[in-house]
Amino acid sequence: MLRYMVKKLLSLAVSLVVASAVIFLALEVVPGDPAANMLGINAQEETLAALREELGLDRGPVARYADWVGGMLVGDFGTSYTYRTPVSEMIADRVVVSLPLALYALALSTLVAIPAGIWAAARRGSGVDLGVMGLTQLGVAIPNFWFAMLMVLIFAINLRWFSAGGFAGWDAGVGPAMHSLTLPAVALALPQAAILTRVMRSALLDTLGEDFIRTARAKGLTRGQTLWRHALRNALIPVLTIIGLQFSFLIAGAIIIENVFFLPGLGRLVFQAISARDLIVVESVVMLLVFAVIMVNFVVDLTYAAVDPRLRRSR
Amino acid sequence: MTLLRIDKLDMNVHGLPILREVSLAVAAGQIVGVIGESGSGKSMTALSVMQLLPRGAHCTGRITLAGQEVLTLSEPALCRVRGRDAGMVFQEPMTALNPLQTIGAQVAETILVHERVTRAEAMERAADALTRAELPPGRFPMSRYPHELSGGQRQRVVIAMAIALRPKLLIADEPTTALDVITQAEILDLLKRLVREEGMGLMLISHDLAVVADMADEIVIMRDGEVVESGAAGWLLDNMRHPYSRALLAASSHQPERPVEAPSDVLLDVRGVVRDYAIRRKGWWGGDGAFRAVNDVSFQLRKGESLGLVGESGCGKSTLTRAILGLESVQGGEIRAFGHSVGRGFPNALRAGIQVVFQDPYGSFNPRWKVARLVAEPFHLMAARPDDWRDRVARVLTDVGMEPDAMDRYIHEFSGGQRQRIAIARALILRPEILILDEAVSALDVSIRAQILDLLARLQGEYGLSYLFISHDLSVVQSITDRVLVMQAGEIVEQGETAQVFDAPQHDYTRKLIAAAPRLATEAERKA
Repeated sequence: MLRYMVKKLLSLAVSLVVASAVIFLALEVVPGDPAANMLGINAQEETLAALREELGLDRGPVARYADWVGGMLVGDFGTSYTYRTPVSEMIADRVVVSLPLALYALALSTLVAIPAGIWAAARRGSGVDLGVMGLTQLGVAIPNFWFAMLMVLIFAINLRWFSAGGFAGWDAGVGPAMHSLTLPAVALALPQAAILTRVMRSALLDTLGEDFIRTARAKGLTRGQTLWRHALRNALIPVLTIIGLQFSFLIAGAIIIENVFFLPGLGRLVFQAISARDLIVVESVVMLLVFAVIMVNFVVDLTYAAVDPRLRRSR
Repeated sequence: MTLLRIDKLDMNVHGLPILREVSLAVAAGQIVGVIGESGSGKSMTALSVMQLLPRGAHCTGRITLAGQEVLTLSEPALCRVRGRDAGMVFQEPMTALNPLQTIGAQVAETILVHERVTRAEAMERAADALTRAELPPGRFPMSRYPHELSGGQRQRVVIAMAIALRPKLLIADEPTTALDVITQAEILDLLKRLVREEGMGLMLISHDLAVVADMADEIVIMRDGEVVESGAAGWLLDNMRHPYSRALLAASSHQPERPVEAPSDVLLDVRGVVRDYAIRRKGWWGGDGAFRAVNDVSFQLRKGESLGLVGESGCGKSTLTRAILGLESVQGGEIRAFGHSVGRGFPNALRAGIQVVFQDPYGSFNPRWKVARLVAEPFHLMAARPDDWRDRVARVLTDVGMEPDAMDRYIHEFSGGQRQRIAIARALILRPEILILDEAVSALDVSIRAQILDLLARLQGEYGLSYLFISHDLSVVQSITDRVLVMQAGEIVEQGETAQVFDAPQHDYTRKLIAAAPRLATEAERKA
C-alpha cells in the first residue's frame, strides 16, 4: 500500500512539473513578446518597455520559470497587470466561491445519482428503470445554462424563493451563502447526475452478471443482500472514475453557470483575465486548476486502492 | 434414503423448451454423475434444483430436496434452502469469488446468512470448513484475497463455502474443467472424501465421461435437455443401449487413423531456447528480477511428424509457441525454421509455412468479417492476393469438411466445432508445412473433438503437414502424436516416442501427470 502511494505521489509530482512547463511555454515563450501580447497592437513603446521590465523579460526563460514556480510554492502568484492586486488575493477571493460550489454540485449529483442508479439496476426492465433512464436522457440533453435560466424564472422570479444571482458572501453566515449557491449548484449537478446515474446503473448491471454473484446466491443470500454486499463495491470503480472527472470539471468548467448567476468564481476570473490579456492571472489560475485536477486524480487513485485489494500491490 | 428426486422436470425459458421430462435421484452418500455435451441441459438441471435459473425460466414437474418441494417454495424459503440444504460449486474458480473480500469473510458469510451467530464464531467455523477443504488457515490465512490464490486453491475456497453448513446435497458443475490434470485429480479426491466422510449426496456434472466414470455410483447421460440413459456406473458402461451414449463412450476414447510416414528432414530446430520475463523489483533498491519462462529448451520437428507438447498451465508451453511463431524474442538459444532463424528478418514467404490454430473458437475471429475474408487473411504474407483467392478459400473450406457457401456468412452463424474447422482452413490456406495446434481441441465437446481429430489426421496426409500439438489433455496427445515432449517449469523434463513415454514414463513429473489424468478403463479392464 505504501509503495502504491509513493508511486502515485511520484507520478503526481512529475505531472505537476510537466504541466507547469507546458503552461509557461505556451503563454510566455512561444508566441513572441508577452508584453506586446498583453498590451495589444496599439501600445506605446514606453509602456511596453515598462511592462517588459516588470515581467522581467530581460532575463532568460529558465530564470523566469524558476521565479514563477518558486513564487507559487510560497504562495506568491505575482501581481495582476490589470487590477494591480496580488493574484493570490484574487484567487483566494474566488476559490471560496468556486470550491464550495463544486463540492455542493458534486454532493447533489452523487446523492441523487448513486441511489437512482442502484434503484434502476435493481429493477432492471421495470417501469422504474425506464423512468430513470428517460430522465437521465433528458438530463444529458438539456443545456445547463438553459436549465439555469428556467430555474431563475421559476424559483427566483415567480416563487421568489431564491435570488436570481450574486453571492451573499460567507460573512453573512453559512446559511445565506449556501442559499445563494443552491440554484447554480442544481444547474451544474443536473447533467453530472444524469451521466453518473447511467454509469452507476450499467456498472452495477455488469457486476450483477458476474460469476461471484451466482456464487453468493447459491450460498443463500437474497437478491438484495447480494446487491449490497457483493455487487455494489465491485461496481464502484467506474463510478469513482467518473466522479473524479466530474469534480475536476466542476472546479474549472462552471464559467457559463457563474455568468448566468453573476457569481464571482474562478471560471469568471479566467474568462475576464483572458479578455483583458492579463497573462499573469491566466497563467496562475490555469496552473492552480491543473493542480486541483491532479490532486483530485490522486485522491481517486487512493480511493481505488481502498476499494480494491488487487490495486494495493503496485505492479 | 433419497435426498434429491427430480421427477419429470420440464423447463422452458420464455417458452423455449430447455429441459424435457428430466428424472434423476441422488441418495445420501451417493455420487451421481451427470454427463452431457454443451447444451445438453445438465447445468440447467442443477440450477433448477437451486432455483437459480435465468430470467424468464419456468419449471414444471417435481423437485424434492430433503423432503421439501422445491418448485412450490417461496423465494425467502428458497434462500433458506440454498447454502444450508444444498451447496453448489461452479466451473470457473477464477471468477467465482468476490475479488474484494477476504476468503475467510466469504466462507463465513454462508454461516452468517443462515444462523444467528457472532462474527467470531462464524470465522471459527469458516476456518474449520477451509480445513475440511484442505486449505488450512495455518498455511493459507483467512485474510487472503482471492487474487492471492491459484485456481485450485480458489476452487477449495468455493468448496469450503458450499460445505460450511454441512449441507445434505452438494452440486458440483464442471468443478475441475478449468483446472490442470494434477489439480483436477486433487479436487476430485477431495470431493470423493467429503462425500464418504460427511455422508453428503453429490451431483457431479461433467462433459468428460472419464472424470465421472471413475468416481460416480450412478451415471445419468443427457442430451438436448433429456435424459437418454441412466444406471449404476459400472453396469452402464458395459451395457449402454442408447446410440448416443455409445457414441459418447466411443468418442472419449477415440483413436484417429493416422497416415504412417517415415519422418524425414528437420523443419523446425529449437536449440537451447531461453525466454526471460522482467518482474518487479524486490524491495526498494533491489535489482530488476527476471522470471525464466522457458529454460534451455531444445527439440526438432521433422517433416510429416506429429509432435506433442504437454504440461500444466504456466509451464511455458504458450511462451514457447509464441517464440516459435516469432511473436516473442528469446534471450538465449536459437529457433530455426526451414533453415532460417525465426525472428527479425525471417522472410514472409517462409513465415507462411508455419501456421497456428488457437484454443478459443469464439474469440479468435473478427465478428464483423465474413468467413471468406477471415480465411483469406493470411494472404497478406504474400506480395499480392492471388486472383483465384475465392476459389482457394472454397477449396480449403471443402477440405476441412465445410460447404463452400459458408464463405459469405459471418462467424457467429457457426457452432464451436465449425468455427474450429474454419480456423484450420485459415491456417491451411497458404499450404504451410508446419501447423501449430495450441490447445486446438480443448474447448470442444468430446464428439466434436473426435471429429476434429479425425480431420487433422486426414489433413496431415493430404497436405503433408507436420504438427506441433500443444495440450494439457494427455489422452488427446496420446492419440494423435508420434513423439511427445513433457514440459515442467520451463524445461523439457522428458521426451520420446509417445507410446514409450506413456507406457514407461521415466521422469517423476510425467508419472504424476499420467496418474492424475482421468482415464476410462477399457472393457477388458472393467471385466477383470
